[in-house]
Amino acid sequence: MAKLVGMEVSVAVAEAARLCDTDVVAAYPITPQTHIVEHLSELVANGHLDAEYIPVESEQSAMSSCIGAAAAGARTFTATSSQGLALMNEMVFIAPVLRLPIVLAIANRALSAPINIWNDHSDIMTIRDSGWISLFAENGQEALDMTILSFRIGEDPRVSLPVTMNIDGFTLSHFIEPIDMPEIEAVRKFLPPWKPLVQLDIGAPISIGLLGTPESYTEARKATDNVLVASKPVVVESFEAFKAQFGREYKVVETYKAEGAETLLLTMGSISETAMTAIDEMREAGESVGLVRIRLWRPFPSEELLKVLLPAKNVAVIDRHIMMGTPDGPVAVEVKSLLYDAPNRPNVSNFVLGLGGRDVTRDDFKYITKRAKEFKGSPSARYELVGVWE
Amino acid sequence: MPKEIDALQKVGDLPIGFTAKPGSTLEFKTGDWRSVRPKLDREKCIYCGFCYIYCPDGVYQDMGDKEKWYKPDFDYCKGCGVCAHQCPKKCIEMVLEEV
Repeated sequence: MAKLVGMEVSVAVAEAARLCDTDVVAAYPITPQTHIVEHLSELVANGHLDAEYIPVESEQSAMSSCIGAAAAGARTFTATSSQGLALMNEMVFIAPVLRLPIVLAIANRALSAPINIWNDHSDIMTIRDSGWISLFAENGQEALDMTILSFRIGEDPRVSLPVTMNIDGFTLSHFIEPIDMPEIEAVRKFLPPWKPLVQLDIGAPISIGLLGTPESYTEARKATDNVLVASKPVVVESFEAFKAQFGREYKVVETYKAEGAETLLLTMGSISETAMTAIDEMREAGESVGLVRIRLWRPFPSEELLKVLLPAKNVAVIDRHIMMGTPDGPVAVEVKSLLYDAPNRPNVSNFVLGLGGRDVTRDDFKYITKRAKEFKGSPSARYELVGVWE
Repeated sequence: MPKEIDALQKVGDLPIGFTAKPGSTLEFKTGDWRSVRPKLDREKCIYCGFCYIYCPDGVYQDMGDKEKWYKPDFDYCKGCGVCAHQCPKKCIEMVLEEV
């Protein structure tokens, strides 16, 4: 029987990697992700996880080691944040084309400068085009469940792609939450041993990580994009299998009181819980407002979003990152692009907030709802930075 | 649709993970990058092996004690001229490739 435990979310993510029988962990500590790999190193050192723990000298080396380990057929896990992901960037773009299902937990943290250790989504946005499947958790239970699901989805032979599992730094990573900890047998049943599609083998040698000349680069990139786009039904199927095994239901796009709502707030990550509380209060005051939350960021869940967004009058897209020099934040760019060809599309406004750990409150969502209703759209409209003093 | 496609393989025909059999670069002849080629004057050559040692692509083959010279493999020689520059007897001349 699964049991409910009080546990720090970072520790729960590490425990998920243990339950998943990870073979190799190559990681470098960086705030606010450190507790994940710290706990994994304890699990390995104390004999609770039979894995190679590689204490590398940088995140670039961490991802390089993960790529090598996964190419050798090892189930591989790492975690990072912010500057660590930036340093890892060079190697991050390689894993998807090589089709290596590495799982990377990111405790999302602001990028420098100015140096800042707190939460926003600027780090993950640097790798949004890299070909990784990208999931966002809202709370501790989801962080554990999404980690297990990341292995299952990534290792599916129809997918064979790396997966990032995103948790908001500090607001999730450092909170102690009640977590329904599954039995190891149930996880092993849900996640059978991985059978790699491509594997380094002395008996049958292959070359991995090749030069792609102008005559093959285009096709190699397109092949990866095709696999990433085609992975969405496998994500949905894996969520369904997870529900059958563990009872918790997940969707690529989650909604809360969204049906029939005049105004929809669109979020990713842990601020969605605050948004739901704000929506409850606004609903009590007679406001027709609901929430749409993107769980699956890559591949972008176009059909699912169209279905929930089109009936609304106003859509307020909330970003946690300034995409400098452009009119909108990264999530709004995708949503506007998606809706461009749709007839009778809703008014889409874009709000940026919660940068570098600044608090996001219920009042912020009430303000955004008011502004979204007033928004009439204009070709020069830029994002509105909520709570900026200027 | 462009008239001519320069691709080697269709998207769907590429090996999973963009892998290859090891040693397949041997089939990738790079000699046609060359605009000049080394021409050896065997009368002056003292069989010292500088060309063999300095060649950045390892295209020179030792022809042995009887023949006493090093022969470039023109499938891979890119015509960089390092051998001609290093030759102590200046017996290698870089001559223009005729098309």
